[in-house]
Amino acid sequence: MRSTWGLAAPLVAPLGLAYAAFFVAPLLMLFAVSFYADDRMTVLGLGQWQRFLGDAFHWKVIGNTVLLGLKTVAATLLLGLPLALAYRAASPGWQRVLLFVVVMPLLTSVVVRTFAWIVILGREGVVNQMVMGLGLAADPLRLLQTELGLVISLTQIEMPLLLLPLLSVMARIDPNLMDASASLGASPWRTLFRVILPLAAPGIAAGCLLVFASSTTAFISQSVIGGERLVYLPAMVWQQAMVVANWPFAATAAIALLVSVSAVIAVIATAGRIAGGRIHG
Amino acid sequence: MPTAPATDPAASPSPSLQGHTLDVLGLTVRYGGFTALDAVDLAVQPGEILALLGPSGCGKTTLLRTVAGFTRQAEGQVLIDGASIDDLPPNRRQVGIVFQNYALFPHMSVADNVAYGLQARRWAKPRIAARVAELLEMVQLGPLRDRAPRQLSGGQQQRVALARALAIEPSILLLDEPFAALDRSLRLDMQIEIKRLQRQLGLTAILVTHDQDEAMSVADRIAVMRGGRIEQLGTPVEVYDQPRTRFVSGFIGSTNLLPCLMLGAEAGMARIRLPDGAHLAAPLGSAAPLPPGPAVLAVRPEQLMLHDEAADDRFPVALGLALPIGGQTIREATTEGGAPLRLVEPRLGGIADRGPRAWCGLVPGARPAVFPHPDTEEE
Repeated sequence: MRSTWGLAAPLVAPLGLAYAAFFVAPLLMLFAVSFYADDRMTVLGLGQWQRFLGDAFHWKVIGNTVLLGLKTVAATLLLGLPLALAYRAASPGWQRVLLFVVVMPLLTSVVVRTFAWIVILGREGVVNQMVMGLGLAADPLRLLQTELGLVISLTQIEMPLLLLPLLSVMARIDPNLMDASASLGASPWRTLFRVILPLAAPGIAAGCLLVFASSTTAFISQSVIGGERLVYLPAMVWQQAMVVANWPFAATAAIALLVSVSAVIAVIATAGRIAGGRIHG
Repeated sequence: MPTAPATDPAASPSPSLQGHTLDVLGLTVRYGGFTALDAVDLAVQPGEILALLGPSGCGKTTLLRTVAGFTRQAEGQVLIDGASIDDLPPNRRQVGIVFQNYALFPHMSVADNVAYGLQARRWAKPRIAARVAELLEMVQLGPLRDRAPRQLSGGQQQRVALARALAIEPSILLLDEPFAALDRSLRLDMQIEIKRLQRQLGLTAILVTHDQDEAMSVADRIAVMRGGRIEQLGTPVEVYDQPRTRFVSGFIGSTNLLPCLMLGAEAGMARIRLPDGAHLAAPLGSAAPLPPGPAVLAVRPEQLMLHDEAADDRFPVALGLALPIGGQTIREATTEGGAPLRLVEPRLGGIADRGPRAWCGLVPGARPAVFPHPDTEEE
């Protein structure tokens, strides 16, 4: 082990130094900045923290941000799990097609994907034309600048982050286990809940973690599709830093985002590790 | 082909136990354009172990998977106790399987693995616990009930797989190359254990294997398969001593194939001439004798013996290596025509020194098989 480390240390050094200089140091500075009491950064104090934590509005923004992440995770799981099961059952040829469809969103820019959703969800968009054409609603549905529209578009945008880890874990499940389960008298549903899902748990946890982290911090999608009426932490940080120019308050909001997202991620990761530990540990 | 199971008292170990019958009628399975099973008929009798033996791709695993319900046949029927199970999904067929890799659920304990089928049947908890304890006792794994499968040795894993399959009281037990992953010494122990349990419970079982020794030692009857068909079905002794085709003769045990000329048959003996002039007389089997003409003599190593002098019914051979194996000596030899031969002679206190040449003849009473020459054989 020691000799491996001796070899690895110089190779790791450039990345380590870059991380120290461009990630750890700014993060420490962010913490430091949040402890200035005034927006000109002259007086040290806990004023920004008192202001941030003392206002119910800010707690609501934290809650909305976490909730947006959880809703997106739930929606990607609901749509992604059946897709992963279909992928398992598909022939190798179809698996390649499905994998391409799954990965495709990653190959287009976030901005393009987000604007595509504006075209789809808008008043004159594809969805509304279809709904009104079918006579399901008299007036256009309001989808843009709503949380529903945001969750719909984030679900598509974040789907690859759920599916890639999930597919790789699912592909490693021995198909004989499904046959064994069926031969022992289990219905397909029982096999799904007692065998496939427990064994896929580490992949599900990894996917959920990525989707949650990515959707709660998806500044572009949140601002473009959610609009100004829906305030999430990333927009609040941007507004405080770039518009109001109150850096200490922006730093406080940024740390609040970091802590709340990390807390949820820790819960997901622990759940995944417990499930995975039973299987692989 | 008879549809009702034949009555063969030797095959059913004990009439007091009620085994189930399995009948396969005209079963055909195709994968795309490939015919994996070609109109196979098979009647498995209550309480017998029937081995499906053959090289890979012969259809033995396809037959097993079709009985289990994982593969759907194009034509034909599968009957358990005379009732068709073709429309039942695998989970309602009451067929137990032991997989080659055991397929134990890695996220469940030994006890949970065994309980799985009973939980699927919605048994009450105390009843499941009692049954699991009974089964683990039977396979001698009681103390390991809370272990995870990965903490067990190969033999222990197989016993869990067996207990799990037996828990649901299957009408048919399917064994898919169950011994292939075990090392040699353990393999024999497990073969004996499975055979013992199968006898004890009066189970009807199908063993899929490509290992002829395994089929011979475990099975009551062997179906030798090739190209999606059953080439021969019989007891291990029948299949070994009276192979019906050249393939069976070559696949079961080792065989020397010598080109020869069939001269005719008289008084229950086939008269054969070998290329180097020796005239042999072999007892005719139950099959109709071949017409005179080119043929192939299939003779087992133990059916040949060496002599020091020439005779009318012996042919000269050049001797090669002599290897002591157990109480026997395996000899390699070559005929004058260049055909390699292998023969076995008992070793009575040392390898007999025979020099480079000897004359080879049939052991008195040996019944070698004679098959059509490949050029004239109709496939």
